[in-house]
Amino acid sequence: MDGEELTEQETALYDRQIRVWGADAQRRLSKSHILVCGMKGTVAEFCKNIVLAGVGSLTLMDDRVVTEEAWSANFLIPPDENVYGGKTIAEVCCDSLKDFNPMVRVSVEKGDLSSLDGEFYDKFDVVVVSCCSVTTKKLINEKCRKLSKRVAFYTVDCRDSCGEIFVDLQNHKYSKQKIEETIECQLQYPSFEEAISVPWRALPRKASKLYFALRGVFEEAEGRSPGEISIADLPAVLKLKKELCEANALNASHVTDSLLERLIIGTREFPPVCAVVGGILGQEVIKAISCKGEPLKNFFFFDVMDGKGVVEDVSNPKKESK
Amino acid sequence: MVSERQLEAIKIDMDTIEVSNLNRQFLFRQSHVGQSKAKVARDAVLKFRPQMSITAHHANVKDPKFNVEFFKQFNVVLNGLDNLDARRHVNRLCLAADVPLVESGTTGFLGQVTVHVKGKTECYECQPKPAPKTYPVCTITSTPSKFVHCIVWAKDLLFAKLFGDKNQENDLNVRSSDASSSAHAEDVFVRRKDEDIDQYGRRIYDHVFGYNIEVASSNEETWKNRNRPKPIYSADVMPENLTEQNGNVAKNCVVDTSSVSAMASLGLKNPQDTWTLLESSRIFLEALKLFFAKREKEIGNLSFDKDDQLAVEFVTAAANIRAASFGISLHSLFEAKGIAGNIVHAVATTNAIIAGLIVIEAIKVLLKDTDKYRMTYCLEHITKKMLLMPVEPYEPNKSCYVCSETPLSLEINTSRSKLRDFVEKIVKAKLGINFPLIMHGSNLLYEVGDDLDEVEVANYAANLEKVLSQLPSPVTNGTMLTVEDLQQELTCNINIKHREEFDEEKEPDGMLLSGWTQAPPAKDDKQSMNDKQSIGNGGDSSNALQTEPADAVKDGEMEEISEPSGKKRKLSEGSKASILDATDGTRNHKEVEKLDDDDDDDDDVVMFDDLDSMTNKKKRLQ
Repeated sequence: MDGEELTEQETALYDRQIRVWGADAQRRLSKSHILVCGMKGTVAEFCKNIVLAGVGSLTLMDDRVVTEEAWSANFLIPPDENVYGGKTIAEVCCDSLKDFNPMVRVSVEKGDLSSLDGEFYDKFDVVVVSCCSVTTKKLINEKCRKLSKRVAFYTVDCRDSCGEIFVDLQNHKYSKQKIEETIECQLQYPSFEEAISVPWRALPRKASKLYFALRGVFEEAEGRSPGEISIADLPAVLKLKKELCEANALNASHVTDSLLERLIIGTREFPPVCAVVGGILGQEVIKAISCKGEPLKNFFFFDVMDGKGVVEDVSNPKKESK
Repeated sequence: MVSERQLEAIKIDMDTIEVSNLNRQFLFRQSHVGQSKAKVARDAVLKFRPQMSITAHHANVKDPKFNVEFFKQFNVVLNGLDNLDARRHVNRLCLAADVPLVESGTTGFLGQVTVHVKGKTECYECQPKPAPKTYPVCTITSTPSKFVHCIVWAKDLLFAKLFGDKNQENDLNVRSSDASSSAHAEDVFVRRKDEDIDQYGRRIYDHVFGYNIEVASSNEETWKNRNRPKPIYSADVMPENLTEQNGNVAKNCVVDTSSVSAMASLGLKNPQDTWTLLESSRIFLEALKLFFAKREKEIGNLSFDKDDQLAVEFVTAAANIRAASFGISLHSLFEAKGIAGNIVHAVATTNAIIAGLIVIEAIKVLLKDTDKYRMTYCLEHITKKMLLMPVEPYEPNKSCYVCSETPLSLEINTSRSKLRDFVEKIVKAKLGINFPLIMHGSNLLYEVGDDLDEVEVANYAANLEKVLSQLPSPVTNGTMLTVEDLQQELTCNINIKHREEFDEEKEPDGMLLSGWTQAPPAKDDKQSMNDKQSIGNGGDSSNALQTEPADAVKDGEMEEISEPSGKKRKLSEGSKASILDATDGTRNHKEVEKLDDDDDDDDDVVMFDDLDSMTNKKKRLQ
C-alpha cells in the first residue's frame, strides 16, 4: 500500500471504524471497486454498508423496472412514483446511495453482466451477484477467476426468512489477531461450480439443511426468471428433492418438506433478514479487501426459524482449486 | 413486508448529530450535523414509510415525564442506549409497567440482542453488569504504570486544574518549591498578573513534570519495588525559546491560523503519529498558549470534551510527557483521544445485523411467541460453526434485587460511616437509584423531591452528615433499611451488618454490599466467558475515570460453549449455553415499522437513544 494519508475529512468521518480495523485497512477500502448485480433488499443493505465504509467506487447493475415488490423490501427505493417512475432499480438505488457518502463514486451500468468480457471485470476487486440463475453464477464466477488479478466473488440470495451467501476468494492471504500477536494466514477457496459439485455425502451430517434445500429450489428455478417460481411448483420441487437425496445418499427427511414449502412460497424478502445478511456480507467484503480478519469459507446461512447464522465449508479437500 | 396495520412509534433521544456518527447512523447526513437525532431520524423514516405515525422527543429518557404510565402505553420497548445507567433505568420502568424490553449492544464486530419479559425471563439486571473501571487515587497521582493512568491524570487533574472550575477539589500538588514567593503558600497554577504566557507555560511544565516528580521520587517506600520516575524540565527538553521555534516551524509549513489547534500551529498533521517527548512538550506549551490567547473566556468553565481538538491535544501531550517520566510508552493523539473520550468503536455492518435481530425479536414479542424468544450473539470469530448464536433466555434470577425483591446485605461501620457515604457509594453508585427515598421502618431518613419544604430539606441535609448510629432513627447492626425510587417504582431492602475494619486497598469505600448473587452458570465455561466478554455496557458518564471499553474486547477470546446440563434455568427445553455482554452503539431502527401483527390494532413501539454525556457528573477520583 502506498503511503497516501487519509484526508482530514476521512479521518473525521471514519473515526469510529478506523478504531476497529485501522487506518491501513481504511486506505485499502478507499481504493477498492465493487460491482453489484441484482438489487433486491439484501443487496441494498449490503450496498449501504460498503458505501458507509468508504469504498472507492460502487457500480450497480439491475435494469428491471421498479415495482411494488421492489420497494417493499428495498429501503433505497422510496415508495413514491414521482421519484422512481421511469427509472430502473439500479438508477433509483444509485441516487439514494450517493447520498450516504459523497466520497464514494456510485454509478450504474446497463446490460447483461454475463455477456461482458474480462476487460470489464478487470476494473473491479469485488463482484456480488444476486437474483440470477445457477448457470449465470457459474459463468460470472469463471470470468472472475480467469483474470490475473484476484477478483473476489460473492453470491447472495434471500427467500422468505432465510438467506444464503457464497464466497470465493480464490487464494486469499490475510492477517488475524490472536491476543497480542498478528498471525499471517492463507485460505484456498473452491469455485462456485466446484463447491456445488461436492457430493452431498462428503459433507458433515449436520450440515445446514438450507444448503440442500436451496440447491433444490435453485435447480427447479433454473431457466426461469427469478421470482417466477411459486406454490404450484412445490410438488415438482419435492420430487426433485427426493431424487437429489437418493442420488446423494442423503436422508430425505433431513430436508423437511415444510422448509422447501417456505422457500418456494416465500419469494419476497423479509426486511430484517436483509439487514442481517446484508450486514454479514458487508463485513465479509471489507475483510476481503482489507486482508484483515478471517473471512468465512465458503457458505453462510441464516434462518429466522432457528435464529442461527451458520458457516458451512463446502469444499472437496482432495481438489486443490486454481 | 408491508404492514397492513397502522404503526405508531415514539423515539426518544437527547443527543444531536455529530460527524463521527455518519459512518453508521445512515438516517443522518452531513447537512444534519448539530440537529436533533430524534427529529431527523423521524423525518428520514417517514420518507420511506409515510403512513407511519412517529413522535420524536428530543429529551433524556431519564426525564420524570417518561414515567411508568408513559411506558404502559407500549407493546414493546427497544433500547439503543450507550450507557449502563440509562439502561438500568429503562429496565426498571419496563418491569414496573410490565412491558417487554428488547435490549441490545454493539462494539466493533461484537454485538447482542436480548429479550426481557417480567416474570418470564431475566430482567436486564439479573446478571450484574460490570461497572466502568475506576483507578485508586494514588495510582493516578503517584504511581502510574499504564498509559491510561497518565490520561486520567492529564484529563481529570491537570486539565481540570488549569481550565476547569477553580473551586473543584483537586489532588494535584499545588505548592511550589519557591516558598519565599509568598507568606501564604500560593497556588502555582494560577497565572500571575501580566505573566508572559511562555513563561507561565514553562512554569507549569516544570512544576508538574519536574518539581512534583522530584518530590514524589523522594519517598523511599513508594519506590522500593518500582522504577523511580524521572523529572523532566522544559529547559532540558526545549533549550531554545519556544516562540523562536514556532516561528521557524511556521515558515516551513502551511499553517492553519483559523482553527485553534496546536498541531496545526506546529505543523504536526497526522493524528495517528506518535509524538516524541519533544513534540509532546511543544504541543503542551502551544496548546496552553492557544487556550489563553484564543479562548480565555472559557478558562475556569471548561470540562474535557473529546470533540474539543485543543483539549485533546493538550491532554495527549501532558499524558505523553508524564508517560515519558514513568517509562510508559507514548501514544498518538488518535489513541489518546479514544481513551480519554471513552470512545466506543463502531461499524455499520454489526449495527445492521443487530438492528435486524432486534426487529426479529420485537416481532416475536408482538406476536407473543414466548417460546421463540432468543438472546442472539453476533460473534467475531466462528464458534461451533456459527457467527450468529441464539440462546434461550433464562428464568428470572431469584436473587435479583431489581425484579425479585430479594433483600441485600451491607457490611459497614455504623459508628464511622455517614448517611451521605451510604447514599453516594451504595444507593447511587451501586444500586443506580438516583432519586432515593430511604426509610428505617416508618421513619424517613432521607429523600429527594421538588415538593419538600425548607424544614424537611434542612433535616435531610443534616441527616446526611450524621453517622448511621447517630441518626434520629439509629441504624445499627441488624437494622433493615428500605430504599425506594418512586420513578422507577423500585423497592430494595438492605440488611445492615456492623463491621469495625475494612481493607483499605480491597474495600476502599469501607463498605461491602452482598446478597445479590449472579445467576448460577450451567457449566464453568459460562462463568469465564461472562468475565472475559464482560464488555462495559457503555460508560457511566463521560467525566468519570474510566478505562477504554475496548480493552475488555481485546482481552477476551471466545471460548467453546458447551451444551448446558441444568435445565431449570431455561424457559424451555434443549437450549444453548450462556450469556455475553457487549456494549452498544447507536444504530438504526428503520425496520421497526415493518411489523405484522394479527392481534392488536395499534402496534406501539418505543425507541430510545440516549447519550448520557449531557448529565455532567463530576466525580472525585476513585
